[in-house]
Order: sequence, then structure tokens, then C-alpha cells
Amino acid sequence: MPERTVTIASASGLHARPAALFVKAAAAQPVPVKLRIGDGPLADARSILAVLALRVEHGTTVTLSTGAQDGPAAHEALEALADLLSRDLDAQPAND
Amino acid sequence: MIDRLQGLGVSAGAAAGPALRMGRVPQLPSPRSVTDPPTEQAAAREALDRVGHELAERAARATDPAARAILEAQALIAKDPLLAESCDSAVAAGLDAAHAVHAAFTQQADGLRAAGGYLGERAADLEDLRDRAVAWLLGEPMPGIPDPGHPFVLIADDLAPADTAALDPTRVLALVTVRGGPTSHTAILARALGLPAVVACREALAIEDGTLIHIDGETGTVTLNATPDCAASAANATNAATRPAATARFTGPGRTADGHRVPLLLNIGSADDLPADAATNVEGIEGVGLLRTELLFLGRHDAPSLDEQREAYVRVFRALPGRRVVLRTLDAGADKPLPFLSLADEPNPALGIRGLRTSRTRPDVLDTQLEAVALAAQADDADADVWVMAPMVSTVQEAADFAARVRAHGLSKVGAMVEVPSAALRAGQILEHVDFLSIGTNDLGQYTMAADRQCGELADLLDPWQPALLDLIALCARAGKVAGNPVGVCGEAASDPLLACVLVGLGVTSLSMSRAAVSRVGVRLRQHTLNDCTSLADAALAAPDAAAARAAARAAVRAAVRALAIHDS
Repeated sequence: MPERTVTIASASGLHARPAALFVKAAAAQPVPVKLRIGDGPLADARSILAVLALRVEHGTTVTLSTGAQDGPAAHEALEALADLLSRDLDAQPAND
Repeated sequence: MIDRLQGLGVSAGAAAGPALRMGRVPQLPSPRSVTDPPTEQAAAREALDRVGHELAERAARATDPAARAILEAQALIAKDPLLAESCDSAVAAGLDAAHAVHAAFTQQADGLRAAGGYLGERAADLEDLRDRAVAWLLGEPMPGIPDPGHPFVLIADDLAPADTAALDPTRVLALVTVRGGPTSHTAILARALGLPAVVACREALAIEDGTLIHIDGETGTVTLNATPDCAASAANATNAATRPAATARFTGPGRTADGHRVPLLLNIGSADDLPADAATNVEGIEGVGLLRTELLFLGRHDAPSLDEQREAYVRVFRALPGRRVVLRTLDAGADKPLPFLSLADEPNPALGIRGLRTSRTRPDVLDTQLEAVALAAQADDADADVWVMAPMVSTVQEAADFAARVRAHGLSKVGAMVEVPSAALRAGQILEHVDFLSIGTNDLGQYTMAADRQCGELADLLDPWQPALLDLIALCARAGKVAGNPVGVCGEAASDPLLACVLVGLGVTSLSMSRAAVSRVGVRLRQHTLNDCTSLADAALAAPDAAAARAAARAAVRAAVRALAIHDS
């Protein structure tokens, strides 16, 4: 089962803008991705409500997984989302 | 459908554009029994999609980054798969689409609220989205101020103060409401923004979204299916005559066509309401006709200190060197409650302890205020011509007592507001004790007609064109003329350009209004001589009712314009 762990770099944790950017990116992936803290409950990464409910703070290590889905697409999806979480999304200028 | 609706014009100017209704929070009808769950599920999902799509579109158009972030986050919530799944299960459990959507959102919102903190604050967002989705399913207009991305005429049942925060005056061309009266929140807001407005238009919500309508904020007429030509000319007229940009055309000072001076003053709550160029624009900003001091007191548990008040008044006095500033002492009461006055609940606040009457129980509050005004008037560079007046004076004795107290503080210009018919009837005797009168037409109308200002059903009685109200104003103006004292009007009546001319014709010596109304009134006043204004006033006074008074004044204007045209040719 493909998984990736990553530490949340955003100063505010996975709330507000960072959460929105993450959920949008997850929704754009071809495979569904789940998010959890440690052995906690799985949250659908495409659901802003589920992601917010995890209350992920700055510095928390989270696990991304694609469940039964495997293959290059699953690995690329995990790679892209892990990369996003490892950056401080609060610090990025709102260039859009 | 009939193509013309009649309401009450409360903010002059014409405008045309597509109508859009502001919906109220939808009320769920009784549940329907579900025969085809997949259809209900599809409808619920489509409602979520529509709401999400609309928010995403608005986000894409938003220019303010903060506003865009909020809209994007809301769009994301509407598209949340959890909600869609939750709707599916609710339908599977037997609910119709509207009830399913309602249940799904409410469940999520309750969960967030229970979590508290940042998540709890998102609960209101969910409820807002829920109301939008349910409104769509019920075929009702979306709650909240519409944001279609183009200018439109806003149609609403009524506007609450909270709605107005979201109102973008560059997008809203005009306002039409079912309820409200000449002094309702909608009317005051419209005049402050310079938007044409019609209130008390009972059929307004029957206008379909997108219908091209033309509104005349003077006559109160709403024309449906306006032709594009008519719409274009109205849009031009609106831009030229009623938008704040038109202020540039009118540079002041206020006078009639034949040079009779009528100072056009501003109604303000604090120095913040003054334009930035107030200190130097002596012709355009002739002074303040109503400084509402209670804004300093509202929402406070204790009275503001002497120093705090002095500071606030100094800021206004410094901003207007050499010009008149008419300060109204605290106008509070059960209708505008101030906790530190601790007034008892009254069954009929409009007829209770309010205005000057509060000094019966709390004379110290008035004394502190007068001391603060006196100190402010003596401050360095505070060179305004300071006048002080009391609200809600009802008897000659009250006026005399107030005058004595003000003069004891070394302030020389004392006035009484005329809001109670008894004060208008006794204007001559009141002027034996005070230096000026200022007529508050909103309250004078309410008390003359025995019609609550808050009661939209009685909007016709509250029409400032009511001849009985004009009679009382004429009485005050005559008393002022005999005594040689100024008599101004600071109520909303002064901001209706045609009525302003009538007031001048009745003998009123100054007009005070919100800033947005000044250019419109100023331009109009310069089109008529004092004689014209007197004819308008005579025509209005001779009319049997408000509508006839307005029509008579308008006819007199047309006659005057025709006479002028013949004279010129």
C-alpha cells in the first residue's frame, strides 16, 4: 500500500489557505488520496471538511496513502501532495 | 404581468438595469414523500454543484485577495464529497432533496460548532451555503446581496444594516424594497450612497430576475421591461446627476438661481464623516447642520469621559475653520438605548424618555457634554462657529431651561430642534429664548401623523410631502422670519431635491443632509429662483395629500421651466 509521511511546514498548520490549496491539489489527482495523523482516522484529502477536522498543526507528521490503488499514478500523486505539504504555504505570495 | 409598479420614492434619481432579487433565508416546506431516490439525490448534488460553481465564479471575479480567499474556501466546501455523500444517505433514509441538503449541512455545521475554535467559526459558512442550496432547490432567490458580476437593480423585501455591509455601490444601480418608509434604513442608506430608491413597493418581489426595469426614485415608479434606450438614458442621467462623482459639478455654495443664499450643510456622526478637503473647501463644505453626538456613546456601558468627548468635538471644529457646526446634544432614549442611562423599558419608546428628556433623570450627562463642547470650542485652532441644540424639545420652558444651561457654559448660539408638533406650534415663543430652530422632519412627521417611523405599512403617512407636515414647517419658518432667526431643516426631507426647493420656498434658511445628497440638491436649487420656490411651496401647501403635493410641485416646476424657455426664445 503506497504511503508517504511528511511534516507540515505551513506556519498555521493545515488550516485556511494551506488546507484549501492542499484539498484543491488532492481533487486534481487521478487517484483518491487519504490523510491521517499517526494511526488516527483516515480523512479524504479531497474533503475540506474532513481535512480541517483533523486539526493538523505546524510540525505535525502526517501520512498520505492511496489505499488499494498502486502504480505510477498513485506514487506521483503522493509525491506531488507530500511536496506541497513540505512547503510553507502561508509564506507563499498570493500570486493568483 | 402589469408593467408598472408604484412605490414610494425616497431617494431621487433615475436608474435602469436588470432586476435581481435578494432572497431571504428559505423556509423548508413540509417534507415530500420520495418515490424516486436517484432523482432526489441527483437534484441535491446539482444544488451543491450550482452553489459551488457560483461561488467559484464570484471568487474568480473578486479583486480583493481576502474576499477571493473566502469565496474560494466556500466554493471548496460546497464541492466537498462528504456533503454529497451525506445528502445521498439522507435521501436513502427517505428525505426529499431540500430536506436532505438541509440535514447534511446542519449535521456538519453542528459538528464544527461542537469542535469550537477556528472550526466553530466555519459553521456559519456552512449554514450560509445550506441556505443557498435549499433556495436553489425551492426555486427561490439566493439569500444575500446578489453578485452577478454586472450592475443591477436590487430588489428586496427590506434591507437590514448587516446586508448593507455587503452592498457594493458600484454594482447596485438602485434599490427597490417591499417594505420600508421614507426614514427606514433602506432609504437612509440609499441617500447616503446616492442611489435612487423606491420603498413600500408591494409587488416588487414578483419581478423576475433579469427583467430590465427602470426606476424613478422621485415619483416612486418602477417600470418593467424598460426598453434599452430608456435604460441607457436613465443610466446616463444617474451617472451624471446622482452618483458621488457629480459632486465635482456642484462646487457650492448653496443658492437659488437669483442668488438667494441657502447654506447646504452636512449631517455627520463624527469628524470621520467629513471629506478630506473639508478644511480648505470653504465653498463646497459650508458647514455641519447636524452633528449627531450619540454615535460617540452608542454601545458603551459607561458615559465617555469629558476628555474623550472634548477630543471628538475638537476634531470636528478644527476641520471646519470659520464655518458653522451645529452640535445636537445626546439624542438617546428607549429607541436608541444607552446602557449607562439605564432607562427603564418603556411600552412606547417613541413617546417616552428620549432626547432632551433624558436630562430629567441624568442632568449630569448633559452637563458633562456641554462642558466638553465649551472646552472644545476654546481649543487651539478649533475655529468653527459652534452652535448647540437640544433634540425633542416639546415646551417653551424646556427650550428656556436648555438655553440657560448652554449659555452658563459660555456657549452663545443655542437652538431647539423641532420634532414635536407642540414645538412647531409654539415656535414663536421658543424663539424668544433660543437663537435658532432646526426641524427634524423624520420625527416631526412621525409625531404629526401618529405613525411609527419603523412601520413600513404606514409609509404613505410618513411621506415628507404630507401637507400637514409642510404646514408645521411653514409655521416655524414664519416665526423665524418675524424674530429674525434662522430656521433650518436637518431631516431627510432636505435631501429630496424638489422638496428642498419647497422648503426654501416655505422660508427655511438652511438645509442639512448627507454628503451624497448635497450636489443633487445644490444643482436643483440653482435652477430655480426664490420666487419659483415660493410658487412650488404654495402649490404643495394647497394640495390635499402627499402625492398631490408632490405632483403639484412637479407641475409648478414644469410651468416655470416652460416660462423660462419662452422667455429665452
